Amino acid sequence: MKFEKRDDGVYVLDVKGYVCPHPQIYTKKALSKVQSGDVVEVLFDNPSSGESIAAMCDTTGDEIVTKKHEGGQFVWDIEKA
Amino acid sequence: MSTSALEMAATDGTKIENDLRKKRLWAYGIAATFAAISIGTYLYSEYYIYLSVYLWFGFIYGMCLQYGRFCFSSAFRDLFAVGVPRMAVGIMIATVLFAAVSALVTATGLSTFHAAPTGSHAVIAGTIFGVGMVFAGGCASGSLYKTGEGNMSAALVILSISVTQALFADAAGWTNALVPESWHASAVAKGLPDVINAGDGWVDQYLAGYVWNQPVLTFANLFGMLDESVAGAFFGNMLMGVVIPAALLLIVVYIGWSRRAFLKKRIKEKGHTTFRDELDGYWAMITANKRTAIAGLLLGIFCGLQMLVTQGLRVKFGVQNAGTLLERIGFDYGISVNGTVFDPGYWYVTTQEAQWVGWVFNKLGANNMDNIYFGFVNGIPNPAINPADWMSLALIGGAAVMALLHNEFKFKKPTLELATWAVIGGALMGIGSRLGLGCNVGAFFVRVAQGDTSGWLFGLGMIGGAYIGVKFFNWWTERRMAKEFAACDL
Repeated sequence: MKFEKRDDGVYVLDVKGYVCPHPQIYTKKALSKVQSGDVVEVLFDNPSSGESIAAMCDTTGDEIVTKKHEGGQFVWDIEKA
Repeated sequence: MSTSALEMAATDGTKIENDLRKKRLWAYGIAATFAAISIGTYLYSEYYIYLSVYLWFGFIYGMCLQYGRFCFSSAFRDLFAVGVPRMAVGIMIATVLFAAVSALVTATGLSTFHAAPTGSHAVIAGTIFGVGMVFAGGCASGSLYKTGEGNMSAALVILSISVTQALFADAAGWTNALVPESWHASAVAKGLPDVINAGDGWVDQYLAGYVWNQPVLTFANLFGMLDESVAGAFFGNMLMGVVIPAALLLIVVYIGWSRRAFLKKRIKEKGHTTFRDELDGYWAMITANKRTAIAGLLLGIFCGLQMLVTQGLRVKFGVQNAGTLLERIGFDYGISVNGTVFDPGYWYVTTQEAQWVGWVFNKLGANNMDNIYFGFVNGIPNPAINPADWMSLALIGGAAVMALLHNEFKFKKPTLELATWAVIGGALMGIGSRLGLGCNVGAFFVRVAQGDTSGWLFGLGMIGGAYIGVKFFNWWTERRMAKEFAACDL
């Protein structure tokens, strides 16, 4: 797991290789730490975690700005509400 | 865009297209292989159609599970971990549908189901299993479909469940000292055949000395009805045992995890809410994730159909158990003293996993046919002709086909951290399965859908176990992220 600041208000959370529940728990914790309006780019490759992260964002109001999917790998940009 | 950039983009596009084509070919190849097995074995002997029924239902389950990301573990875990109710909803949909089809099958006398003894052991078993499934990252069935996605952590979980069960079921020696005298006396008094040493081994004495003494109780029985009667099947087991508890459970989930966010949105839209909004919120929660809901619906229907088709074949061939068919085909190795092999006639996961390792141990010289689990009930047939093994292998294949077709297949080796959780979680699930006489499918999903009270008790334990597991993982991830947050001044 890697979490780092890429730019002002932009963070990267790399949880590739992790299975449930790690990606969704790490995403939840990362979003809880950053400021409103900040973006967390989440990299993961466990498809079922995507369903949980999307549902979690729907509940919290955080917005999934972009979704990319290639070769079994997902890259989602999530903006904190 | 420059010419070279355009060429690179075109090359990338061709590469992606080639990759997708390869994956599609693999998917068709897997499906064709299963078809060839079905046709080839049927041409050799018509009895193999019985195994092919297991195979194709397993294949369908695998496709449904992967399509809906249908993992029982996340039903409870994601509620506690990230407040997401999608799988709790999906499982309740599947259970209600399964119950409806099952009620029809039971009322027509074609059910293959036998209720299990009910007692506090089901709660304890469910708790151990629940902790294990959170640690492992998936339940027993979830680990099968995730293996089909190329996830080798999940494959390691299956291996751990399998080995633990095979060892646990045959554990004797010092474990006998942990057996209460009353269990031992009761187990010996059952008068099992001489080849089965019921007085030796913890699991044997647990089964014959404790579990078998517990009452078998369905919701129909609680209302004084027979399971096979129309009233018992539809009113007792389906309505009172499944539909009403499932609706109530979903109301609890709605109030606890979904209501607040939904009503907040409604207040933002129109400034106030009414009871109609509550109903809308409840329905919105149920239909929030269409993939999961569709998968639940299909799983429920196909699980019921498997019982019907299997029982139909038993009637056609004049048998009660696949052991007889295997002997007719010419396989008599590893069949239990009763002439049976594990042949539930419905979706099941863990026993066939224990069997294949049990078979390997037996071939390596272990004397594991003197226990109740293998020697008296389930046998250890060659995995190549074990009906339930066909179902599990096809489930992995079905999930792989779905993942390949949707470009979600990715071969992933486990890290040391994940491998450790996989082994620990798998071992806990293996022990929980044997104590509860099944896993999240056999001990919970199937039993609940048939109105068996022990299913809800196992489920209650799973919820508690998931809560404990999530508490632990929250602490674990918090600890790991603390350094990363500090480095980012957060």
